[in-house]
Amino acid sequence: MASVTYENVTKRFGEVVAVNNMNLEVQDKEFLVLVGPSGCGKTTALRLLAGLEEVTHGNIYIGDRLVNDIAPKDRDIAMVFQSYALYPHMSVYDNMAFGLKLRKTPKAEIDRRVKEAAEILGISQLLDRKPKQLSGGQRQRVAVGRAIVREPAVFLFDEPLSNLDAKLRVQTRAELAKLHLRLGTTFIYVTHDQVEAMTMATRIAVMRDGILQQLDTPQNLYDHPGNVFVAGFIGSPSMNFFDATLVESDGQLFVDGGSFRLEVPEDKIAPLLPHKGKEVIFGIRPEDIHAKPFVPPGIAKADMKADVDVTELMGNEIFVYCLTGNKSFIARVDPRLRARPGEQIELALNMANMHIFERDTELAII
Amino acid sequence: MKQTSTEEVGRLTGILPWLGTNLSRLFVSLFVPAVTFYVLLVVFRFLRDGQAPQWVTAIVAIIWGVGGVLALFLMANLIIERFPAQWKRRLTPFVFVGPALAILAWYLFIPTLRTLWASLFDARGEKFVGFQNYVYAFTSKAMLESFRNNLIWLVVVTAFSVGFGLIIAVLADRTHPAFETIIKALIFMPMAISMVGASVIWKFIYEFRPPGAEQIGLLNAIVTALGAPPQAWLLKQPWNTLFLVVIVIWLQTGYAMVIISAAIKGIPAELLEAGRIDGANEFQAFFKITVPYIRGTLITVSTTIILFTLKIFDVVQSMTGGNFGTQVIANEQYSQMFRAFNFGRGAAIAVVLLLAVIPVMYYNLRQFAQQTEAF
Repeated sequence: MASVTYENVTKRFGEVVAVNNMNLEVQDKEFLVLVGPSGCGKTTALRLLAGLEEVTHGNIYIGDRLVNDIAPKDRDIAMVFQSYALYPHMSVYDNMAFGLKLRKTPKAEIDRRVKEAAEILGISQLLDRKPKQLSGGQRQRVAVGRAIVREPAVFLFDEPLSNLDAKLRVQTRAELAKLHLRLGTTFIYVTHDQVEAMTMATRIAVMRDGILQQLDTPQNLYDHPGNVFVAGFIGSPSMNFFDATLVESDGQLFVDGGSFRLEVPEDKIAPLLPHKGKEVIFGIRPEDIHAKPFVPPGIAKADMKADVDVTELMGNEIFVYCLTGNKSFIARVDPRLRARPGEQIELALNMANMHIFERDTELAII
Repeated sequence: MKQTSTEEVGRLTGILPWLGTNLSRLFVSLFVPAVTFYVLLVVFRFLRDGQAPQWVTAIVAIIWGVGGVLALFLMANLIIERFPAQWKRRLTPFVFVGPALAILAWYLFIPTLRTLWASLFDARGEKFVGFQNYVYAFTSKAMLESFRNNLIWLVVVTAFSVGFGLIIAVLADRTHPAFETIIKALIFMPMAISMVGASVIWKFIYEFRPPGAEQIGLLNAIVTALGAPPQAWLLKQPWNTLFLVVIVIWLQTGYAMVIISAAIKGIPAELLEAGRIDGANEFQAFFKITVPYIRGTLITVSTTIILFTLKIFDVVQSMTGGNFGTQVIANEQYSQMFRAFNFGRGAAIAVVLLLAVIPVMYYNLRQFAQQTEAF
């Protein structure tokens, strides 16, 4: 059990900067998810911690120990690879026991740990099989089992669910979260799937182009994204963005998008006043757009008219692709709404959950 | 009642077309092959007896050869098409495999049988002598020496070629890609040289001149420079066989390296990384992950080289001619057949060599078959 610290960590591959001056503190027993689009440096960050790549600048600590120059095997970590990387010529049992045998763990102890891990993962009946005789889900469990038996201070996961089918992925997600609770060890988990990040993480670190964008709990990340990228990356369907101007009239502040004008609620005026008259980016999540007459009571609503482009019925809700001006956006509305493409509908936006970003820096104002 | 009658009518009206189709089938089956063979025969006669300029003959020969094969295939296919569906399915494969099988039988199977037959007759192939030639093959001094030497060849060449090939492949894999290409090209280069060519090169290395004369052999130049008397390397028993073995190791290491290198490139990087995290040092990763992973390739390369060394001939023939205790089975066979003109003995030795090769070949083929499903 240990914390992990990245201190001004930079990794270059020739001209390419894969990880750029990253500072990150992962607390003991935390389930930290590194998330971002492909090529954002998240896997490199993990491999630096594993010792599979060397840092160009900066320091990495596991607990209080500087591990920059320590071999992977001595870092007290275990890693689950995307491809699982099971040894094809060894049985499941030997795959799991390999690391312990190399460490000269007593036979009885190896046997106990392997059987216990197999029990936890429900693969006890597969111990004699070779990896090629297993299904994708079973291989994934063996890979996790190989990590568990080592009883490391930190578990590293590199997109371990991406080779599973959708149903199994959902199931395994819950099992990994449970495993984390049971083992009480630090988990560091890399994925490009924001749903995995949201569902399992204690905290999420969002990365882009090698730069750590934001580090926060899932709920805070969702409610208060720090910039346009994080706002668009977390949540599905993505947040809608409009170019707009903040204008004042009759003592009220409005978001003016040209084709619409939305009143800013009382409590949000103060932080926005300094930006009055400036061009900003207005962000609103699809779930904060309601269609009349199905508007829940008690929201800070602002009205807007839009043309329906396409509708997608999900059963419990409808995704309505709307147009205002020439700008397309998505609303998740009540399934009772009967809207046909081409019709105009009346919408009510919950301005209590509005987001305003600076136009040039894309940083959040509120 | 009514139903049966219509059925009968249907059958009756079917007879004429049935006859028609089958007669035409018969006609095509007989006529088309006849025409094809006739055309081929006419052209063959032209090629054999024709007085046309050489280039015309050459062009006609090419057209005749390629077109003839095509015509025969098309014809066979056409005949098969005439058969009922069930038979068509059964016979079609033979149209394509058949010619290959026929050629194999003609050029391999029948000669093998004839060799077996010849091995039971005397030197001139006239008098039946039973197993007398085999008694020679298993008891004569020359053959016993050959067996011993072939065993040395087999063990030493295979062990060192595969061993060096493996080590070089692993080490080259870790160097800079450009450097790796150069190393591999250099080590593979001897593969481009014929056995006899290699022997010529190595003759210069082992060249011996009497003491006092200028030593042009590389090895003796070194030895005399160090103050020792020059050695007649190829006469020194039992070491001379090993000096010949070195030549083939030099030739075969490149082959082993290239095949093994390809297998090593096929090992997923994540597998070795998993090993590193699991705690394997370089040696453990090599012996517990790399080698087991490419086990199939190592076996295939080894058996291929074993087959090769069992049949070793050229190097021995051109370096020592099998003298001075360096005789091997294939060279003894050559000596019996083409020097002593003892066809019976030559054939018997050929059969012995064939018997020695068969188990290795069988294992090799089985290994190839298994590799398709890798682990």
